[in-house]
Amino acid sequence: MSATSSGRDAVRIENLSVSFSTDAGAVRAVDRVSLRVAPGEVLAIVGESGSGKTVTARTILGLLPETATSSGAVLLSTDRGDVDVVTLSNKQLRQVRGPAVSMVFQEPSTALNPVYKVGWQIAEGLRAHGRVSKKAARAEAIDILRKVGIPDPETRVDYYPHQFSGGQKQRIVIAMALVLGPRLIVADEPTTALDVTVQAEILDLLRRCREEFGSAIVLITHNMGVVADLADRVAVMYNGQLVEQADVNTIFADPQEDYTKHLLSAVPRIGEGTVQAAERAAARPAGWAEAEPVVRASGLRIQYPGRLGQKGFVAVDGVDFTIRPGEVLGLVGESGSGKTTIGRAIAGLTKVTGGSLKVLGHEMNGVAERKFRSVRDRIGFVFQDPASSFNPLLTIAQCVAEPFIVHGRAANAADARSRVDELLEAVQLPRSFGDRFPHELSGGQRQRASLARAIALTPPLLIADEPTSALDVSVQQRVLEVFRDLQDEFGFACLFISHDLAVVDIVADRIAVMHHGRLVEEGTGEQVLGDPQDAYTRKLLASLPVPDPVEQAARREALQAIVAEG
Amino acid sequence: MATAAAPASRPAKRPLLERLPIIHQLRQSMGVQRGMLVTGLVITVVFVLVAIFAPLIAPYGFAQLHGANGKDFGSQQPPSPEHIWGTTVGGYDVFSRVIWGAQTAAIVIIVAVVLSIFIGVLIGLVSGYLGGWIDRVLVVVCDAIYAFPTLLLAIVMSIVISGGQSSLWGGIFAAAISITVVYIPQYFRVIRAEAVRIKAEAYVESAKVVGASTGRIMFKHVFRNSTRTLPLIFTLNASEAILTLAGLGFLGFGIEPSSAAEWGYDLNKAIADVTSGIWWTGLYPGLAIVLVVLGITLVGESMNDLADPRLRGRRAVAAADGETADISVVPGGPNEAPGGLEGLEPGAGIEAEGIEVRE
Repeated sequence: MSATSSGRDAVRIENLSVSFSTDAGAVRAVDRVSLRVAPGEVLAIVGESGSGKTVTARTILGLLPETATSSGAVLLSTDRGDVDVVTLSNKQLRQVRGPAVSMVFQEPSTALNPVYKVGWQIAEGLRAHGRVSKKAARAEAIDILRKVGIPDPETRVDYYPHQFSGGQKQRIVIAMALVLGPRLIVADEPTTALDVTVQAEILDLLRRCREEFGSAIVLITHNMGVVADLADRVAVMYNGQLVEQADVNTIFADPQEDYTKHLLSAVPRIGEGTVQAAERAAARPAGWAEAEPVVRASGLRIQYPGRLGQKGFVAVDGVDFTIRPGEVLGLVGESGSGKTTIGRAIAGLTKVTGGSLKVLGHEMNGVAERKFRSVRDRIGFVFQDPASSFNPLLTIAQCVAEPFIVHGRAANAADARSRVDELLEAVQLPRSFGDRFPHELSGGQRQRASLARAIALTPPLLIADEPTSALDVSVQQRVLEVFRDLQDEFGFACLFISHDLAVVDIVADRIAVMHHGRLVEEGTGEQVLGDPQDAYTRKLLASLPVPDPVEQAARREALQAIVAEG
Repeated sequence: MATAAAPASRPAKRPLLERLPIIHQLRQSMGVQRGMLVTGLVITVVFVLVAIFAPLIAPYGFAQLHGANGKDFGSQQPPSPEHIWGTTVGGYDVFSRVIWGAQTAAIVIIVAVVLSIFIGVLIGLVSGYLGGWIDRVLVVVCDAIYAFPTLLLAIVMSIVISGGQSSLWGGIFAAAISITVVYIPQYFRVIRAEAVRIKAEAYVESAKVVGASTGRIMFKHVFRNSTRTLPLIFTLNASEAILTLAGLGFLGFGIEPSSAAEWGYDLNKAIADVTSGIWWTGLYPGLAIVLVVLGITLVGESMNDLADPRLRGRRAVAAADGETADISVVPGGPNEAPGGLEGLEPGAGIEAEGIEVRE
């Protein structure tokens, strides 16, 4: 797999630096990075947001915005020998893109043009690089669709992108990248936007790309599990610099740099939280289980109204669960499973259309907003996206003071300031951060401030809707720690919604698994993760890639066995 | 750790002068964009100054037909030392009329914009945030107004308001209100679109979950975040207001010459002069209209470009220039927590996340 002679490398990056011109002056995104990728090799570039991994990869295709300037060399292997992408003109770049190097994007739903048939879009690359007859292009499109695993490609070639699922769309994007037989594919977070079960399928497909088409792959990702699953060699980037580079087994087994070690230790692993959950369960007073639950759903059904003349969409269908005081229920499911809908229904943001949902003694089915408003001071909510959960024109202190003002506990933000300061300390933020505006905080800090706002009125119930899914793994670890500490201190009950089983495992006392609007399994972490009963839970669990290449290889086979079972 | 002092290096806020709207943009701009903005600003400032000091600048009144000696100016006199831009067919001094016309135009812009901005913003906010049948009705009404030719509507309005007769303020209000009717839908549309977008933002939902009342959410959270595009429409509408006023005057629905000076009216009276070789009566009012509209539009367009980081021009940087910051690199966006990122994540081994950008 390793390169025999440097002249045969699929791509060789030498001393690459990229700077961006911003309002605040020049910022260097990539700093003297040298990398090489041998033919047929999978190189994973890992790092957190802002580490320069995407910029490095985009340079290989010459896809930098106008505000960027670059120095160094990116030598790409083509049919006509090596070319330096940094110095190419636009016209030369067009000739290189496609046959020599192509790209798989993160978000398959935006990478495809919705108004053209997928066959047309695949053939577009063929037409751009040589005269191909319509018939031949179509035949080739069908052929490549079959190879990437789209069933019935003869018919599907005439479908529009919206007629495919997210995973199938990503397959088509990969087909577009493969159709000209490139020597190198740059895959920028190819599975980040996908559910974990679909992610496993796409990773399989990428592995086949390497085996069947002989393409080298540059894989950009922040997910160490994906790295362990697919990569041959790993390059770790931090602050625009290359921190460490080694083959995949070495980097996981014996990381050299502190940063790499920290990155690896921050990745949540299944089984970490089970012990803690058992400890907490043992510490509960007798009779706790019989206490009146904070939330009780029975036969809960939530239907979104359809368009005129169409049936509505049933997001949640006949779900039963309870959350007892002081208990954290982890709700896991993939996108569209209805987990967020349940969280929003408990907060009164979505209407309950059937069954019963009792929140703090109030029936939510048919509740009037006016009546429910008085209950709101006893519910806290943490939103998924830290970027938009604060009013950008208010300071953090003003935002956190909102609950006090709205419920008449304080006249204005200044009045509530001492309590706001205490809250900021509780989430381990300096008091002075109260005077900052939301954009002056990092994502992890904003999410902690969001926690502070949610617990401002010491509510007995907290709803956390994917609070860490937009965060880098090291930041996620810290937010989860803060969450755990707060839960121990304040003892609120919590519905913790997440798509990541490993995250839920860390924080939750009990875990509920949602699939297509139904609750398929519920139990303690030990029961659900240790001995899953439902087939879907087993598949979900097996699809989760673990950050250990040896173990992951074994898990991959186990997953294939589960899928084969059906 | 929790009580860690704030980083001492946190810089003060930018000085007040730099945070003022136009000055901020001026400092931000460069190249062609700066040229556009400066040209527009110069023209606009001159226009405003002329409007304010018209009584001092103009040698004669707008309705003055004869000088201090009681002798008539005479009709269609060519430019001369007494009348540097000549006189009109009605015997008025062209230079004085053009100067006074700036005042009329400025008043109409102010009245029209003030009237339409408040109503437009308010109903836009209500319509966008509350939605439902109110929204549907308002959208249909505004679309219906859009469907009318604006000038025709303005004519109808001016007849309804003043019966076609015009005193100074009667004429100004007739013009301003007719312009208002046409503009409310524009403000409405823009604010409504912003309100609909902001309604879905997490911080509005968060206010809802906290239990804030609808009014509080609407004004504290939605309104304050939806006004950023207003300066742009303001400038674009101001230039259109001048055109509509001139159009009304040109068609004979404007302000009588004895009530106020108005460029459109003067242009109308100058039509016949053109064929007889009298160029000065039409040229100067026409130039005044073109220049003011150009100036205001340039300001609006360049502010629009500067407000969008993707359109904003920047100085080129040398290859591999700049520091690698502990932060994301976002082409086109600010990417630094002011005060640096030192100590932002106390205790953590990685202080690197900065303002995260999902790439």
